[in-house]
Amino acid sequence: MYTLPSKLKLFSIVLMVLGLAGIIFGFMTTPKTIDDVKKILAEQEAHHGENHAVDHKEDTANFIDIARGEEGYSGAAMEHATDLSAEGHGASSHEEHVLHQLQTRPWSATFVAAFFFMMIALGVLVFYAIQFASQAGWSPVLYRVMEGITSYLLPGSIIVFVLVIFAGEHFYPWQNADLVAEDKILQGKSGYLNFPFFVIRAAIYLLGWNIYRYYSRKNSLAQAEANNFDHYRKNFKASVFFLIFFLLTEATMAWDWFMSMTPHWYSTLFAWYVFATMFVSSITVIALVTIHLKSKGLLSFVSDRHLHDLAKYMFAFSIFWTYLWFSQFMLIWYSNIPEEVTYFIIRIQEYQGLFFGMLILNFVFPMLVLMNSDFKKVPWFVVIAAVFILVGHYIDVFLLVMPSTVGHNWGFGIPEIAALLFFAGLFILVVGNGLGKVSLRPKNDPFIKESENYHF
Amino acid sequence: MAAKKIHAIYTDDDLLLQAVNQTRAAKYHISEIFTPFPVHGLDHALGLAPTRLAITSFLYGLCGLTVAVLMMNYMMIQDWPQNIGGKPSFTFYQNMPTFIPIMFELTVFFAGHLMVITFYMRSKLWPFRKAENPDPRTTDAHFLMEVDVDNHDVETLSKFLYDTGASEISLIENEQDH
Repeated sequence: MYTLPSKLKLFSIVLMVLGLAGIIFGFMTTPKTIDDVKKILAEQEAHHGENHAVDHKEDTANFIDIARGEEGYSGAAMEHATDLSAEGHGASSHEEHVLHQLQTRPWSATFVAAFFFMMIALGVLVFYAIQFASQAGWSPVLYRVMEGITSYLLPGSIIVFVLVIFAGEHFYPWQNADLVAEDKILQGKSGYLNFPFFVIRAAIYLLGWNIYRYYSRKNSLAQAEANNFDHYRKNFKASVFFLIFFLLTEATMAWDWFMSMTPHWYSTLFAWYVFATMFVSSITVIALVTIHLKSKGLLSFVSDRHLHDLAKYMFAFSIFWTYLWFSQFMLIWYSNIPEEVTYFIIRIQEYQGLFFGMLILNFVFPMLVLMNSDFKKVPWFVVIAAVFILVGHYIDVFLLVMPSTVGHNWGFGIPEIAALLFFAGLFILVVGNGLGKVSLRPKNDPFIKESENYHF
Repeated sequence: MAAKKIHAIYTDDDLLLQAVNQTRAAKYHISEIFTPFPVHGLDHALGLAPTRLAITSFLYGLCGLTVAVLMMNYMMIQDWPQNIGGKPSFTFYQNMPTFIPIMFELTVFFAGHLMVITFYMRSKLWPFRKAENPDPRTTDAHFLMEVDVDNHDVETLSKFLYDTGASEISLIENEQDH
């Protein structure tokens, strides 16, 4: 039986207190009026001098204008087509626009961290359901570890639910009635993108995911006491239906919570892309928690072969993520349609280091570190790869949210770090308690013997 | 010297693995195993040195990547730049996203094909080579373990192999030495 070490518990509580203070500080210090913004912009102007020299915008603008033989063509085209900013059309002045983005920043910062940890718990739940639905023989020794991590799903998803409901126009410009009134595209989408339906959908996700988590955990624990396999069969059925439910709701969740931040822009691959991020981070966390518990001597029945398999999944899904990232990028880059390509223009112009750094962290490093079969069995190697992957996918979520909501007024300061600390602390605390409630060995599972004697 | 060998036939791969472990634990020498398909963990159970095939595959992959980069750079940038979809074809890095599928394909192509060819060469499986397979059933559903008799008693060894689950045991007296 695992108990969260008191030092780790204290550490997580300190993280949460610091984080909460930082989040509140972030919300309190946003500029309130246009005058505040003017002051900030004047300060920035003083620093910015040299940055403007590197700006290529004017070159491209001129190039397009010349090609079209029409002065100001590119500027006009960008004005209409752009989704660079959430509030690009509605705001009456540049200052008002900046004010809006600066006020959005603490919301976005909190949402990035909240979603990052929630998606880890959710992804682990999906991985868990897949093990049941496929009747996997290697993984039952890890069921209690996975259940421990998914215990974060309830608090995590409630926080994310509250954030997306109350963020309103900070995240989702289609909730601005004035904007929709003068925008034909948004009117066309209003059958799906309207506030009541948005709330109903979010509530369905929240309920569906958590009901499955509650039900499967209950059955899994009951199976340990039972002398037949009824609970296992129930879990099998529930897992199959949950996977269908999840794949549908995951797609709409990705559209609702992320893609609708830039409501003109769309990508058919987007839902899969978010899923890949979620899944690879989740498997990485399973591996990390397994290594932690094993180092405490609590998982004597988990061998290096189980770790090897988890590391294989980390390797495989890192490549899967890159495949989806590249597929989405190349098609949009190649076709170069203004309303699509804006998504990457802002990410490459304003977030260049993060955007390409993420590729190295999420693809090159895991690939090189985990390629060798022997390295996958060495815990500290897996930990190194796991750190790369988790940092990389945090950046990935950051890049899903920030460019669409705060545009070029982004930073990595107190609001972002505080949110990360707060949710990391909450995650450690909840998962630690979730792991501690029962024995880590899932007794009476029909495949537990095969799993314990697992060789590949 | 006529080398005496015992051929023990098994009908299941898990049984074979178990038998291999028991035979090795009893200090008998297994000279060869014939299986209809690769059995996971068999090389480990036999105590064979880890294969270096994966390293060659990695190197072949690097070769393929290099060939792809040089080829695309020569074709599309130096020799005959083409305007496809208005994408810049002046430098390699500007046009690189379009080359990535080709780089990927050639990496996989080189790694895969050359690794298989290396494997054939290493296993001495070149064209027109005669099969060494002692029993044609090992190409279908049976697993054959070849154990050296050396100076062990044939009776005890046969009894031992029978107890490991062999379904058929035959003594082979080989006239020519390998």
